[in-house]
Amino acid sequence: MAYSLWVNGKTHHVDEDGQTPLLWVLRDALKLTGTKYGCGVAQCGACTVHIDGQPVRSCSFPLEAASAAQIVTIEGCDGAEANAIRNAWVTRDVPQCGFCQSGQIMSAVALLRATPAPSDAEIDLAMSGNICRCGTYNRIRAAIHDAAGQVRSTQS
Amino acid sequence: MRWRRAQGERRRFGCFSILASLIAMVVLGLAMIFRPQSMPTSQSLLAAQAQPRASALRRASSFASIEDPKTRSLALFQEAGRVIEHPRCMNCHPRSDRPTQTSAMRPHMPWVTRGPDNAGAPTLRCATCHRDVNFEASGVPGSPKWKLAPIEMAWQGETLGEICRQILDPSRSHMSRAQLLHHMTEDELVGWAWHPGGNREPAPGSQAEFGSLISAWLDTGAKCPA
Repeated sequence: MAYSLWVNGKTHHVDEDGQTPLLWVLRDALKLTGTKYGCGVAQCGACTVHIDGQPVRSCSFPLEAASAAQIVTIEGCDGAEANAIRNAWVTRDVPQCGFCQSGQIMSAVALLRATPAPSDAEIDLAMSGNICRCGTYNRIRAAIHDAAGQVRSTQS
Repeated sequence: MRWRRAQGERRRFGCFSILASLIAMVVLGLAMIFRPQSMPTSQSLLAAQAQPRASALRRASSFASIEDPKTRSLALFQEAGRVIEHPRCMNCHPRSDRPTQTSAMRPHMPWVTRGPDNAGAPTLRCATCHRDVNFEASGVPGSPKWKLAPIEMAWQGETLGEICRQILDPSRSHMSRAQLLHHMTEDELVGWAWHPGGNREPAPGSQAEFGSLISAWLDTGAKCPA
């Protein structure tokens, strides 16, 4: 069945089964391969995208429900929080293998938009659905604090 | 008799011992190859992999033979308790801020929390993974009202009698008896327990049968086990 998708500010037309996970539509049909397949059962967070501003696991989101939504992937994620996260990620040299990082970043950006000055506990809570096999959690937490400070300094 | 070999004389072996060793090795090898062996056969699925079957629930009418209303009321609630204490229900009635999952009622992964509205923390909502319906592709269950029961309605760790007194207490259940009956009989999130999707075991019986048990229990005085 044909669906129209609004992804990263552009409308795309895809012809797929409505029960196809959004993840595979993004990766295979739209070639937006920055969103990663980790587990396929909403356990790891590697496939996180923003749907109407909320972080969502795209492996557990059917195409038919996505056609009316505004979707942002790692390729289209921008704004003050996204820029601050990117800078902090580079400065802190956060990734190790990097596979989970697009999902980590999407969750971190959503966290900063909802909670501009998150505590350690708030970071841990928001990021607990994003697993990193390399164990970069401490660098991720530090980078989110850095990014939050950067956003505040640019806005003041 | 010669006890010592003369110097320079070569040691000599009889061919019989070598031949006997070869024959023994061949016989042993053949015995190993052709020993009786059971052929591989197909195995039945492990219980965890087998599709679960729903168990039946006694109908409320089957308790009519119990003449004493109090005894009948208790028996009705005991039967309804098979649903109430089923993991499909208990997992969302935790005594902490974190749900459990699976029939083993292990801690929910990811490590989520109930949040201010029982539907997850503002930065990690239940809707991050759970949709309005079960999603077969990922195996993630779903319902439009997917969320935890209020902490006042924590069931895990309670006896059936304690749960009984809890649901009859409006200060904890936040429901009148009419609302309680509606919740048990009509609520779609409660109804998910009979349509859990995946390889999850449904709650016993059906929501209608469960509702009729609750209704009959309320009509007979809503007695609670000790």
